[in-house]
Amino acid sequence: MDRRKSIKTLIVGGVSAGILVEACNPSDNKNASTEQKAADAKAGGINRMAEEKESEKRIAAQKFFTEAEMATITILGDIIIPRDEVSGSASDAKVPGFIEFIVNDMPEHQTPMRGGLRWLDMQCLNRFEKPFKDCSHEQQMEMVDAIAWPKKAKPEMAQGVSFFNLVRNLTATGFYTSEMGVKDVGYIGNTVNNWNGVPEDVLKKYNLAYTEKELKECVSF
Amino acid sequence: MGDLQIKKQPKNYDAVIVGSGAGGGMAAYVLANAGLKVCLLEAGPMFDPKTDSNQLKNPWESPRRGASTKFRPFGDFDGCYWGWEIDGEPYTQKGDSKWEWWRARMLGGRTNHWGRISLRFGPKDFKRKSIDGLGDDWPIGYEDIKPYYDEIDKLLGVFGTNEGLENDPDGFFMPPPKPRLHELFIKKAATSVGVPVIPSRLSILTKQINKDRGQCFYCAQCGRSCKVYADFSSSSCLVIPALKTGNVDLVTNAMAREVLTNKEGLATGVAYVNKDDMQEYQVSGRTVILAASACESARLLLNSKSSRHPNGLANSSNVVGKYLHDSTGADMGGIIPELFDRKRYNEDGVGGMHVYSPWWLDNKKLDFPRGYHIEYGGGFGMPLYGFNWGIENLNGNYKIKGKQKEAGGYGASLKEDYRYFFGSHVGMAGRGETIAREDSYCEIDPNVVDKFGIPVLRFHTYYTDYEIKQAKHMKETFSEILHAMGAVTTWGGDDGPHNNYGLHNPGNIIHEAGTVRMGNDPKRSPLNKWSQAHDCKNLFCVDGGPFVSQADKNITWTILALSMRTSHYIVDELKRQNI
Repeated sequence: MDRRKSIKTLIVGGVSAGILVEACNPSDNKNASTEQKAADAKAGGINRMAEEKESEKRIAAQKFFTEAEMATITILGDIIIPRDEVSGSASDAKVPGFIEFIVNDMPEHQTPMRGGLRWLDMQCLNRFEKPFKDCSHEQQMEMVDAIAWPKKAKPEMAQGVSFFNLVRNLTATGFYTSEMGVKDVGYIGNTVNNWNGVPEDVLKKYNLAYTEKELKECVSF
Repeated sequence: MGDLQIKKQPKNYDAVIVGSGAGGGMAAYVLANAGLKVCLLEAGPMFDPKTDSNQLKNPWESPRRGASTKFRPFGDFDGCYWGWEIDGEPYTQKGDSKWEWWRARMLGGRTNHWGRISLRFGPKDFKRKSIDGLGDDWPIGYEDIKPYYDEIDKLLGVFGTNEGLENDPDGFFMPPPKPRLHELFIKKAATSVGVPVIPSRLSILTKQINKDRGQCFYCAQCGRSCKVYADFSSSSCLVIPALKTGNVDLVTNAMAREVLTNKEGLATGVAYVNKDDMQEYQVSGRTVILAASACESARLLLNSKSSRHPNGLANSSNVVGKYLHDSTGADMGGIIPELFDRKRYNEDGVGGMHVYSPWWLDNKKLDFPRGYHIEYGGGFGMPLYGFNWGIENLNGNYKIKGKQKEAGGYGASLKEDYRYFFGSHVGMAGRGETIAREDSYCEIDPNVVDKFGIPVLRFHTYYTDYEIKQAKHMKETFSEILHAMGAVTTWGGDDGPHNNYGLHNPGNIIHEAGTVRMGNDPKRSPLNKWSQAHDCKNLFCVDGGPFVSQADKNITWTILALSMRTSHYIVDELKRQNI
């Protein structure tokens, strides 16, 4: 297959490929493969084996956080990743929905999240007589500043620091794996390309150069 | 279960092959192209990378953003079904043994997601006992296998360079891709401390080799399997072409139970469970070829007991399951401050490293007997689950755009930090040779069966001082290279004697081998030098099982070469009616 044709195959997707599978596997019944395609489409187009499909259905149907918890997660997320001149906020990128999914997928996050949210609300009740989500913006930021800086936080805030680290990490990983976040951080890939080596200006910046041997023996475009 | 019965397929095949990975795929390909009738049993479902690969999916297309699950331990987009655990198919450990067993269940097996690192064993790798007195020599030498390496280089395609190295033989290579930026840093640093760095050797097509397979388009996602067949997977490059000959009947979701034998002790076929209808089937053949993975093939043999083979099939030596070994592995990574705030461009490249370090020292001058090679990683990877995790351990340690910041934090300033560090990480992994030992083994657990009622394997595998000292040396080398490139170690730097220097558990590197080893002495080896059972002349094994030792090289290219050699032998022997 030449390059142009293989790229065309990629773009066209499953058309010619579907024919190949059927030709290889004449005994397979066609309904099964249609069913598979429908299920794949539901799963966001990701290829999944039968056992995975069952599991995906179960996880997607689960709901862990209460509405109040989700509200707090959303506020915290937008404090961690606010809108700036480059990109939108965590909630713009639907990070709260990702966090809801991931705690169902990875139950080890459930207790630290639930307990941490309750720890936060108890702190706020004692300080401001309101749970975190109902506090004023100034009160919320005072609370966040008490737990957002691991090295200068007071020792009695240690559990809050652990909780905020977890929320920061979940929020960041959710944001930077969203379409908006990938663009923000500047990952330019996942596409049809010709790798022709490090750009000339970049080589120069780091005072590097390809050897003659490399230039001679490596693929060039 | 009242209607449970055994269904016998009427057709008598020339060969029944168990497993469709590298070894089984190659056997099916050679036999089918020689006009023989083949039945290929695969324990998992059909998989064709062309339609089934998750290549070019974006991270947000996975609800878990590519995180791993028990179904896909290497992540949601990975090209391998199952891994360290399979529902309903347990394995057990003896004592505090910690063997980690990766099992793929799909057409093509693990080759759909493997690293494509395609290294020939060198002349010394077949004769290690003669060099250091440990383990055993192979009954064959490099000269016996060289013609098959040559043929698979051309048939399947591999890039690399001829360097004239004594124990890392030259081959028929396509041109390699140019090193990426972090790889140029690595090359400069490693070379300065005496560690050679050469172009890697991966079975990825940088040039077109035939009309059925495309050319690499540099998306760095070989681990997901390739829709245009530009890298080697047994599914795309061997089994699917073999099916096109019309000589192969593929049975998917067929879990082999035992190898059937007759009164004379010869193999007559294979009994299997069809996982779709849960019925029992038998298929018969003039030869039986095991390629179910080193451990699964040993399990099948040990479970195939008869009056002629009371100890399990091909096991009069009592060696089946023994000499199980994996590559050693230890890793370390860091961050290169010089690469902070890098200019962005597409540096995906091929899937995997563009350069590596083959073993460069003389073990006679070291306190451990066998070598290792180094694999490298780094640069601008696709953001996936875990990306940017742990910024609180990073952003307080460096000046960011000239400003010293407090660790942790939030807001627009934090967003700036994430951008600043992207693409500055680097990692390295040592993969070394273990001594294959009789007391490192798998056996049948007398008490446990899987959901099909098949007795399962119990493992007994440990590392010795040889492997631990090798891991220590790896760590020292990694530290030295990281230091030489001005990098700061961020992980793997705290390992020491308390945890065997970060040496991974045996099995973790997924190079299982040695359980059905070849040798000239039937008392000390189940197979002869053709991977043919000493006790049963129409039974063969063509996965990692026949390996006497596995060198400091990834084993797939040698599995393929040995399987091709054995398959040609089978074709000849069937023609001569010797089997």
